[in-house]
Amino acid sequence: MNLDPLLLSRIQFAVTASFHIIFPAITIGLSIWLAVLQGLLLFTGNAIYQRLFDFWLKIFAILFAMGVVSGVVMAFQFGMNWSVMSLKSGSVMGPLLGYETFTAFLLEATFLGLVLYTRNHVRQGFYFFSCCMVAVGATLSSFWILCNNSWMQVPLGYELINGKIIPVDWRSIVLGPVFLNRWMHMLVSTFLTTAMCVLAVGASYVLRGRHLSESRFMMRWSLVTVAILMPLQFYLGDISGKYMYRYQPAKFAAIEARWHHEQPGTEVWFALPDEKNQRNLFSIHTPSVGSWIATGNWTAPVSGLNDFPRKDWPPILVPFFSFRIMVGLGLLILGMGWLGLWLSWRRRLEETRWFLWSAVLAFPSGLLAVIVGWFTAEVGRQPWVVYGLLRTSETVTPSLTGQNVLTTLIVYMLVYSLILFFGCYYVYRIFRMGPTGEEVGNPAVSRLSGVH
Amino acid sequence: MEAYCLQIFWAGLIAFALFMYVVLDGYDLGVGILFGMARDDHDRATMLKAIEPFWDGNEVWLILVGAGLFAAFPMVYAIFLPAFYLPVALMLIGLIFRGVSIEFRYHSNQMRWLWDWGFFVGSLIVSFVQGTAIGRMVEGLPVADGQYAGGAFDWLTPFSLLCGLGLVLGYSLLGAAWLILRTDGDIHDWLYCRIRWLLISVLTILAGVSVLILLMNERVMARWFGHVYLFTFPVFTLLASVGLWIGIPKKRDWFPYVMAVGVFIGAYLSLTASFWPYMIPYSVSIADAAAPVQTLSFLFYGAGVVVFPIVLLYTAFIYWKLRGKV
Repeated sequence: MNLDPLLLSRIQFAVTASFHIIFPAITIGLSIWLAVLQGLLLFTGNAIYQRLFDFWLKIFAILFAMGVVSGVVMAFQFGMNWSVMSLKSGSVMGPLLGYETFTAFLLEATFLGLVLYTRNHVRQGFYFFSCCMVAVGATLSSFWILCNNSWMQVPLGYELINGKIIPVDWRSIVLGPVFLNRWMHMLVSTFLTTAMCVLAVGASYVLRGRHLSESRFMMRWSLVTVAILMPLQFYLGDISGKYMYRYQPAKFAAIEARWHHEQPGTEVWFALPDEKNQRNLFSIHTPSVGSWIATGNWTAPVSGLNDFPRKDWPPILVPFFSFRIMVGLGLLILGMGWLGLWLSWRRRLEETRWFLWSAVLAFPSGLLAVIVGWFTAEVGRQPWVVYGLLRTSETVTPSLTGQNVLTTLIVYMLVYSLILFFGCYYVYRIFRMGPTGEEVGNPAVSRLSGVH
Repeated sequence: MEAYCLQIFWAGLIAFALFMYVVLDGYDLGVGILFGMARDDHDRATMLKAIEPFWDGNEVWLILVGAGLFAAFPMVYAIFLPAFYLPVALMLIGLIFRGVSIEFRYHSNQMRWLWDWGFFVGSLIVSFVQGTAIGRMVEGLPVADGQYAGGAFDWLTPFSLLCGLGLVLGYSLLGAAWLILRTDGDIHDWLYCRIRWLLISVLTILAGVSVLILLMNERVMARWFGHVYLFTFPVFTLLASVGLWIGIPKKRDWFPYVMAVGVFIGAYLSLTASFWPYMIPYSVSIADAAAPVQTLSFLFYGAGVVVFPIVLLYTAFIYWKLRGKV
C-alpha cells in the first residue's frame, strides 16, 4: 500500500490541533471566570462564590489536564512531522513559541498546582493572586500562539538566506498588522465559549429547579458577557476579513467562493461551489455587498480565484462552509444573549422553558465556532505553511514513512477518544452533583484531604 | 553581543533546563514507577500526594527544552525528533496517560484501576524511552543535509535498551528519595530498606554504560584520557553515592534526594564532557545548529535575562511554600 506521508501528516496535524484547541478555548475564559469568582469571594465573603468556584475549579482541572497533555503533543509535532519547516522557519517561529513556554506555560502550570492543592494552607489573598497568575498565564499563552500564527498568515520582517527564513525586524514579526485584531478575536471567542458553557449549566439547573441562587448568578453573568461581547466579536471579525482581503486575497476569494474578478463584487450568502467548472450551484447572492464587506466601499474591485495561478489556490469547500458555520453560530450566540437579557429584564427568564432548553443545547456553540473559525484560517492559508513563502508540500520530514504517520495517527486517535470519553463523563458527573460544596467520587482520595 | 557567546549561553540554558527536567520530572516519573510496586491503596494515595502539586510544572521543563531547541537550535530539533519519531510518539502517549490518570483518578470509583495502571505504565514508558533516546544519541545519528537520514527503528539497539533500563532505575532512585523527603511513617521505612538496592543497580548500569561508550568511540576515549581532570565528574557521582549510602542510617530525610541529584549531576556532566561541543554527537555542533544571531539575541534579552530568572524564582518559591511532609 502506498501511503502518502504528506497527506497523513496533514490529517494528523488537523486531528491533534482540533483536539487540542477544545481545551484552551474553554480554559482561557474559565481561568478568568475563576479569578473573578475568587475575587468576588475575597471582597464579599459570600458563600455562593465559594460553591461556584469549587464547582468550576473541578471542571477546570479536568479540562486543563487534557489541554496540557494534548498541548505537549503539539510542541513536538512540528519537529516530528514538519522538520523541513522547523529548520527553515525555526529562527522566527521557534522564539515565538519559546516565549510562550517561558512566559505563559510555566506560570500557568506552576500556579495551578497551588490553586488545586493548597487552598486550605495559604492565605486567601495569596490564593486569589495564584488564581490571577493562572489566568494571566492562559492569556499570555494565547498572545504568543496568535503572534506565531499571525506571522504564518502574513509574514513580515524577514529575509531569505539560502532558503532559510532569517528574522530581521522583530517588531514587525511580533506585532504584525493582523496580530492585534486576530488575538482579540481569539480572546473574545474564548470568553464567549466559556460564557455559553456557564449559561448552559445555569439553565439546566433552573430547568430542574436546583441550585437556584448559583444558577441565577451564572445565567446573569454569562448573558451580560455574551450580549456585550458578541457584537464586538462581529466587529473584530469584520476587520479580520478586511485584513484578509488586503493580505491574503486568494484565501478571501475562496471563502467568498468568488471565481472571477468582479467590480463591484457580489456577496454569495450560500452556494455549493463547483470547483471543476468554477461556478456556484444553488447560489443565493446580492450584488455589490461583496465589495462593501471586503473594503467598506460599495464599488471596489475584488479578486476572484482566477486571478491567481491554480497551484496557489487554497481548497475551496472547507473555508467556504466553515466560515459560514462560524458566522451562523455567531448569530445564534448573539440571539441567545440578547433574547436572554430581554427575558431577564422582563423577569420571565426562569419561566421561559424553551429558552432555557435552547441555552442548554447551545452549550457547544462557542466551541464549535472556534473550531470552524480555525479551520477557515488554517485551511484557507493552504497551500502555504508560511503564506507566500513556504509550501506545505515542501516541509514534511523527509525520513518519514507513511506507515509511521498512519500508526501514530491511529494511536493518537484511539488515545484521544478514550480520554475524551472519560473526560466528558467525569465532567458530566461533576455537573450532575452541582455546586453543592461536596466532593465527587471517592472522598478517601479527595484532593484536599490529608494534606498538612 | 557576539554570536559565539549567545550560542554558548543558549546551549547552557537549554542544558540547564534539561537537567532541571531530569531531576524534577525525574522524581515524579520515578514515583510513578514505584507506584506500580506500592503495596496498597493507602501507599498509592500517599505517593500521589507527594507529587501532585508539582508534576505539571515539572513537565513544562520538557516543553521548555523542546521549544528552546526549536528556537535556538532548529537543526537539532529538526534532526532529533524525526530520528526518534516512534519513541517520541510513545513518550507522548505515556505523558498523556500519566497526566490524565492523576486527574481522572479523583473522579472515578470503578475505573480507578485503569488510571492507576495508566499512571504506572505511562511513567515507565516515558522513562524508558527517554533513556533509549540518550543511548541512541550517544551512538550517533546518520545525518545528511541537515536532516535525519536513518530508519524508523534504528533507535532499538542493545546499548540504547540498556540506557533505557538505566534511566528507569535512575528515576526510581530519584522518586524513592523524593518520597523519603515528602512522606512519613510506614512507606518511608519501606523505601529506606530499598533505596540501597536501587543505588547499586543504577551505579552498575552507569559503570557499564561508561565503559561501553569509551570502548565504542575512540574520540571519547581520546577526550577522557587527554584531559584527565574530567574524571572529577564521575568521582563526584561516586562521592554522592557513598554519601547517600552512609547517610541512610542517619535518617536525615532531605539527604537522599540531594545526594541522588548529586549522582545525576556527575553523570550529566560526564556525558556533556564526552561530546562537547557537539549537540548531536560528532555530526552537529553547537555552532552548526544555532539559529542566526538576531534570533538568539531576541531570545536573550527577553527570555534569557528577564523571564528565566523570574521562572527560577517562583519555582523555588513554590517548592519552599509547599515544603514539608504530606
